[in-house]
Amino acid sequence: MSARSGRLRPEDGLRVASVGLRSRPLRAALSALGIAIGTAAIVGVLGLSASSQAGLIAEINQLGTNMLTVEAGQSFSGGAAQLPLEAPARITLLDNVEHVADTALMKDEKVYRNSMIPAAKTRGIEVRATSLNLLSVLGTGMARGAWLNEGTAGEPVAVLGSVAARQLGIDRLFPDQRIWLGGQWFNVAGILDPSPLAPDVDASALVGYPAAETYLGYVSLAGGEEKAGPPTTIYVRTAIGHEAAVQSLLARTANPEAPYEVNVSQPSDVLTARAAAAGAFNSLFLGLGVVALIVGAVGVANIMIISVLERRSEIGLRRALGATKGQIRTQFLAESILLAVLGGVAGVVAGAAATAVYAGSKGWSVVIPVEALAGGIASALLIGALAGLVPAVRASRMPPTVALRTV
Amino acid sequence: MSGESVLELEAVTKVYGEQPPVPALRGVSFSVRRGELVAIVGPSGSGKSTLLHIIGTLERPTDGVVRIAGVDAARLGDRQVSLLRAREIGFVFQQFFLAEHATVRENVADGLLYAGVPAAERYRRADEALERVGLSGRAKFKPTKLSGGERQRVGIARALVGQPAVILADEPTGSLDSATGASIMELLRELNAAGATILLITHDIGIAERLPRQIRLLDGQVVSDTVQGSAS
Repeated sequence: MSARSGRLRPEDGLRVASVGLRSRPLRAALSALGIAIGTAAIVGVLGLSASSQAGLIAEINQLGTNMLTVEAGQSFSGGAAQLPLEAPARITLLDNVEHVADTALMKDEKVYRNSMIPAAKTRGIEVRATSLNLLSVLGTGMARGAWLNEGTAGEPVAVLGSVAARQLGIDRLFPDQRIWLGGQWFNVAGILDPSPLAPDVDASALVGYPAAETYLGYVSLAGGEEKAGPPTTIYVRTAIGHEAAVQSLLARTANPEAPYEVNVSQPSDVLTARAAAAGAFNSLFLGLGVVALIVGAVGVANIMIISVLERRSEIGLRRALGATKGQIRTQFLAESILLAVLGGVAGVVAGAAATAVYAGSKGWSVVIPVEALAGGIASALLIGALAGLVPAVRASRMPPTVALRTV
Repeated sequence: MSGESVLELEAVTKVYGEQPPVPALRGVSFSVRRGELVAIVGPSGSGKSTLLHIIGTLERPTDGVVRIAGVDAARLGDRQVSLLRAREIGFVFQQFFLAEHATVRENVADGLLYAGVPAAERYRRADEALERVGLSGRAKFKPTKLSGGERQRVGIARALVGQPAVILADEPTGSLDSATGASIMELLRELNAAGATILLITHDIGIAERLPRQIRLLDGQVVSDTVQGSAS
């Protein structure tokens, strides 16, 4: 006998391992389906959370991270503190501050769709006076109608935030659209786009400072004169890259006498945290995917055991043709792995496609983590190996004479 | 016809089970020289299937020596004995055992799959073997499209393709009608005349009597080993 071994070449090994799949393609497809579903679920969940995270981060970057807000905090005695009337003007003088807008919450004023609504049904809508440059600082726009101008700011005219409009049931504007605000009729001039950086504004009816003074009596004394105010929230756009420097000066600048009564925050931080949370996996679906994978593994193991019984004569023939026990074992193990990996590849493709379609419909960029792809294929490989182990060992231990006797 | 022994059995015993032990072969000895055509004949239960399995190295004897192409099969491990089987023994089965999803050519080439022969060489030799059994025109067919006689010719080509020391044919005509069976016997005789060593296992004395040498088996023992006067 020559020293050359009877070892199969890789291409022959692959052909032998795929005999079962090629001769019974429907059965192979069905038994791979469980693994495909499990893999698709896992890849889809990972892909969707990564894509939604990418979508949120893109949104944050579009809104800009250079906005800071200054709010009145609590006074020493525990009561609500006030910002000084001249705080916005002082902040404007700081270096690297580009735009400053401010709003004033009028806690006592409520807004209703009309005068017949019971007073308790405020629907959480607040009334705010606003400076006219609010939109450019927030980076938002009008969904409908027009923003306040020098003229309308002094008249009983309001602009609704997106949430406020929805709560009031106003989704379009008529020329005489009115709301009952602070005990009198205000015309609605427009409805805002959502402003994710300032959720307070979303839930507000906004009026001009002069109107707040004239119609709602929101005034305070400054140097013996009555002026509209004070503001309760100041929105500051800084030069990009100088957010931290400006942030450290804002409290002192807004209220030099009591800087501890001022809260300064960066709203994009909240959104970034939310994006991180969105990136966390949806554990329920991930769990379902794992269950589907396990069921798929059981299915593959089951099919492989049946297959070994059915293919006794093939096993006997191969032994008669000179296959070693090890080659029979390898054949069935490889077949099981092949089956599972085909399911895994189909699942990865389906999961990626689902992610692409959903992310596309949401306008997110499609992000599928490489770990999800590699993990999907690797787990299918592992499952195939585990599921095929027992059947493969059984096949290899089957005595060739028994295998040939059947039929 | 003379030549070196390609197959030697010395006092081969096979006992199945332990309690009670069932002897299937009791001290079988004979040898077959290269180029012989031998019938092993006996009724069912005579031990001829066991003998076939032991000669084919699919089973190990309980006792005794089996030498194939000069190699003592009992001394080899699974890997070596498998390689010996791949290269020196060709099986022909009553039920053909062809792969239905593969073509005739692939079925024949698979006779060399485990012998360490590259694919191109396997297919070249498969074409030669198909030529010898007269099935060149059917190379691309699936076995399901063939008649029973044609299928057995494919089986014979598969046994032949590796030019083994011995071809073991287990009731090769058992699944065929008598006319087709006769043509298969004719083919085996032709191949033997061209140099192949063939052992034919059968229960059919009519078939055995037409072969040059008959080894009769009964109750696990050789009862006669006769060479026809007309042989060679």
